[in-house]
Amino acid sequence: MALEIYKEKYRSKVGEVVLGATKEQGGTRSHTITVGGEAALPFLHFEGEIKNRPVVALEIWDMAPEDWNPCFQKYYGDVYNDPAAWAKKCVDEYGADLVLLRLKSADPDLKDSSPEDCAATLKKVLEAVGVPLIVLGCGKAEKDNLLYPVIAEAGAGENLLLGVAEQDNYKAITSACMAHKHNIIAQSPIDINICKQLNILIAEMSTALVDRIVIDPTIAALGYGIEYSYSIMERARNGALQGDKMLAMPMIGNVGHEVWRTKEANIPAEEEPGWGEQEERGYLWEATTAVAYLQAGMDILVMRHPEAVKLVKQNIDELMQDNSY
Amino acid sequence: MIIIGERINGMFRDIAQAIKERNPKVVQEWAKKQEENGAHYLDINVGPGSPEPVEAMKWLVEVTQEVTDLPLCLDSTKYDAIEAGLKLCKRPAMINSVPAEMPKMERVFAMAAEYGAEVIGLAMNEEGIPKDSERRVALAMELVATADAFGIPIDSLYIDPLVLPCNVGQDHGPEVLKTLQQIKLLSDPPPKTVVGLSNVSQGTKRRELINRVFAVMAMACGLDAAIADACDDELMEAVATARILLNMDIYCDSYVEVFKQSNR
Repeated sequence: MALEIYKEKYRSKVGEVVLGATKEQGGTRSHTITVGGEAALPFLHFEGEIKNRPVVALEIWDMAPEDWNPCFQKYYGDVYNDPAAWAKKCVDEYGADLVLLRLKSADPDLKDSSPEDCAATLKKVLEAVGVPLIVLGCGKAEKDNLLYPVIAEAGAGENLLLGVAEQDNYKAITSACMAHKHNIIAQSPIDINICKQLNILIAEMSTALVDRIVIDPTIAALGYGIEYSYSIMERARNGALQGDKMLAMPMIGNVGHEVWRTKEANIPAEEEPGWGEQEERGYLWEATTAVAYLQAGMDILVMRHPEAVKLVKQNIDELMQDNSY
Repeated sequence: MIIIGERINGMFRDIAQAIKERNPKVVQEWAKKQEENGAHYLDINVGPGSPEPVEAMKWLVEVTQEVTDLPLCLDSTKYDAIEAGLKLCKRPAMINSVPAEMPKMERVFAMAAEYGAEVIGLAMNEEGIPKDSERRVALAMELVATADAFGIPIDSLYIDPLVLPCNVGQDHGPEVLKTLQQIKLLSDPPPKTVVGLSNVSQGTKRRELINRVFAVMAMACGLDAAIADACDDELMEAVATARILLNMDIYCDSYVEVFKQSNR
């Protein structure tokens, strides 16, 4: 008698979110990217369809980042002061599926750029590349709330992914996304209950936005509590597959941002000879963190180091091989 | 837990009157009200004294479906009336109900297979309602075996262990709870379970309180569904809370609202 291997049955699946819009759809992107849609736990192709590949975004800033490790100089040094050229390089040379633009210069403690300056930068980046864009504010809520409406308007029609909405500050960005039909990142502080509640709050403002939410569960780098974010993501995904609509969204994580704050990625070999060469150690730390989150169900990995991107994309190729039987 | 809204039933005077006069307004109001408050199915019962149960069932199904997409639970001891209703249902319906008796099981399970309907099977037979859980479970097994023989997926079968009013058959309460637990061991996948919740409080003074306490007790024993008053807010809140405490839903501050909208 043939052995029948037990397969888990899932009641529901993750929703799909389309990023970007082509000319026919009212934007200027060369193509769109669809994320989400998983009908099983990550890469269990034999239990359900894993419809869309996870994608890799490279992170760029609208000003030269002073605190990035010097090893990034040789990749981005020549374009640090030109976000459009930086974006182009990420796509053309380093294989980014999409670009995340962080409007860091708007930070009142840095350059305090105006919303209009930020909108102009966004337009330049949109002209320079054809991939869909993710746009984040500077991280200071008060200023970001002034940015969102202007950015959303400047990117109208492009179906951006705008971030971030938080439980204490979600109304301005939600309104901006509603008005100009963008997707929204809902960020919660490694907390499944707040994650769900925030999605409900956004849904209460606009039911149309429910299918446009991407969850940012907030992640940690390897060695800094990765298992907490991992288990939150696991719970969210299990909830989604069991039919919890308020958790059935694709997920995004700022892998590069977290990893390149760690001691392990940054300390020069001279200080820790036993740890090996710094740059290689750094991008391996980033790649390892990223592949762990792929296994937790992350759909959009935001990264920094081109070598880490290469490794992770190779891993995605392998994981997307059909293993159904 | 699946809530099967009990209100469209000819036992209620306003529904009986509506059926008699073929006035859809009252029926449709109750359909919408129950849906808005979180019912997952709507029970449809023409009432015990209906002179024309087949025609009345057809009319109730039609007017209910005009205002809601919820699946219906066709509630009658007249199988011709249920079959007439099944023919009109836009979504797979539930048949309410069949006891563990031949030839009733043959008639109902054959009909369920034909229309892809779910079935409520009662843990009773010609001899009536058993006193203890052992006998109830034995009858449940007969229902499971017969449903399986007719090709009904076992998780489309809802076993009702039959709850008695707590002021009449007080000793039945713990037996029902025990039965709910044991039914889950009968097969893999196991059948689902359902109770007619309001029965437990029939003739008592504190009906809502008794209903909702029993609901959460039964949920802790694995109860999957209840035919209940979906417009009883405190009941719906208790059920939503029990789902959180049993780790069936992930907590969030709006969990009660989320539960009430889970039927959409």
